[in-house]
Amino acid sequence: MTQTITIDPVTRIEGHSKITIKLDDQGKVDVARLHITQFRGFEKFTEGRPFQEMPSLTARTCGICPISHLLASAKACDELMAVRIPDAAVSLRRLINYAQIIQSHALSFFHLSSPDLLLGMDSDPASRHVLGVAAKFPELAKDGIWLRKFGQQVIERLSGKRVHPTWIVPGGVAYPLAAATRDAIVAELPQALAIARKTLDWYKPVIRMFQEEIATFANFPTLFVGLVSPEGTIEHYDGVLRVVDSQRKIVVDKLQAHDYPDYIAEAVEPDSYLKSPYYKPLGYPRGIYRVGPLARLNACDRMGTPLAEIELAEFRALQPEGAVLSSFHFHYARLVELLHALERVTELLASPQILSTQVRAIADPNKSEGIGISEAPRGTLIHHYRIDDNGLITWANLIIATGHNNLAMNQGITQAAKHFVKHEKITEGALNRVEAVIRCYDPCLSCSTHALGDMPLRIELTDSRGEILDSCERA
Amino acid sequence: MSKIRIATVWLDGCSGCHMSFLDMDERLLAVADKIDLVYSPLVDAKVFPENVDLTIVEGAVSNEDDLHKIKLVRSRTKLLMALGDCAVTSNVPGMRNYFSRDQLLRRAYVENAATNQGIPTQVIPALLPKSRPIHEYVKVDIFLPGCPPHADTIFAAVAALLEGRMPELEVRFG
Ligand code: SF4
Repeated sequence: MTQTITIDPVTRIEGHSKITIKLDDQGKVDVARLHITQFRGFEKFTEGRPFQEMPSLTARTCGICPISHLLASAKACDELMAVRIPDAAVSLRRLINYAQIIQSHALSFFHLSSPDLLLGMDSDPASRHVLGVAAKFPELAKDGIWLRKFGQQVIERLSGKRVHPTWIVPGGVAYPLAAATRDAIVAELPQALAIARKTLDWYKPVIRMFQEEIATFANFPTLFVGLVSPEGTIEHYDGVLRVVDSQRKIVVDKLQAHDYPDYIAEAVEPDSYLKSPYYKPLGYPRGIYRVGPLARLNACDRMGTPLAEIELAEFRALQPEGAVLSSFHFHYARLVELLHALERVTELLASPQILSTQVRAIADPNKSEGIGISEAPRGTLIHHYRIDDNGLITWANLIIATGHNNLAMNQGITQAAKHFVKHEKITEGALNRVEAVIRCYDPCLSCSTHALGDMPLRIELTDSRGEILDSCERA
Repeated sequence: MSKIRIATVWLDGCSGCHMSFLDMDERLLAVADKIDLVYSPLVDAKVFPENVDLTIVEGAVSNEDDLHKIKLVRSRTKLLMALGDCAVTSNVPGMRNYFSRDQLLRRAYVENAATNQGIPTQVIPALLPKSRPIHEYVKVDIFLPGCPPHADTIFAAVAALLEGRMPELEVRFG
């Protein structure tokens, strides 16, 4: 007789999912599984639509990182038109991408994960949320809200809208940046940088209190994948794909967008709408890899901005030999990237070229296939389209950042559940830790493919055929 | 005065409407004193509670869980607000309605997959034949269109409700 614990829904993440934990005959954790319960169908329903619609349509896969979809999609469309977009358009796309990384990382850290980090994994679930943090640590909550607002406002200032703007278009951006808008952003940068530095200084000593979590939150060797510049600096918009192993040795480097089908393939699991991409040369499921802030910091040679460079050196000291392996350190990596993004925004706005009025190339369809890759806050995002002679979509494939992490998320919750979930006494705090593994990845599940709230922690007794014999619920 | 019990729910949406809710920024902290956020993707409650004064719903009804959930939410909620075009018209999720479920699922899990091709059916909820707006299944008291509705619009509506008035909505798209 086996038992299954169900956590439904997984909360304080961006999207819909549940977790099941299967216990063996002795009541020990056998395996934990993450089930993504939402399915959207973009890859099919975009068929027959003009390719120019793809950026604003596919942005609706996700309201947290619409900019990432806009960018990967627009890059695929640039290729369909066979244009090289103006330099200022590249800079403006980079700028809005950094703004999104700032707002999204702030959301993940302050709004979603700080309740675990500040109030504690075992604290009262009724107040373990951002408003609970605001009541106890008003300063930090205010900083978090301010920093997210800063990122969202840069997006709004550039594009007219915070969520789902239409400014990023095939061939570049819709209109140039006005000097007054630039000045308004520049005026707020010092405060944003000060908050990012303060948060890092606060967080680094806190890590010591989470040794058990660090040891068990997906702490195992995998490959890491991320974009880097041709010189090896961390990249979020352009660049080439690099794969490193757990020793931080380069496995393959300088992959172009068109190379991805040779290295990445997708597998289906019957209990999730989220597919599991894997590194093709190693096969499934051995080809497990991670993407996102932790992977990018492991894959790059350097950050390329002064403050983040110092932080990277300190970050790497966590694991002097090889890559930083624990997914708990996604939080730390996110804060380093936040600082880096602010430094890059500063640089971009200091260049006079950012005000150039040459921002858009206009062309008809000139190629039948286009692939766009960008680094979303959560990791590598791939949009791949085919069109007919009239520019109508005939086929599309989207590989979403969170998908890449699917194998590692599943293996990670199994590792944490084996350590924390004890059959004799299943505690809320233990189950919250299993969920917290998922929060480390900051998954964006609305992208990927949903949850029901009338089932609390539910424990089911099932026989070997999976028939439910008995069940009990805890609120 | 007792605090107003508010819930926010995601059905089939992109979370953009919830982001717009968060885009109230510092006004959130001002609202926080007057409300209890009893259920939301932002908090850890696992059970949709009884006696909720206001539930704000994002997204369309697309799968069996959504349908079950919206009926449960309605039975435990005084005022139900449909937030955003997906909840109001089914918007982007509704774009799949031109295709059969099988066509949609085959593209994702058979044609665009290399290993274990097949349509997932275990544990996860089955898709409904069509993705539909929520008022087709339950009574909706307040409609707030937009993709997403602007944070100012959401704030105006919530502020009015907190004062015990029904919001007068000027329709503002986007
Ligand atoms: S209405 Fe727009 S922003 Fe809101 S959930 Fe739907 S697609 Fe997302």
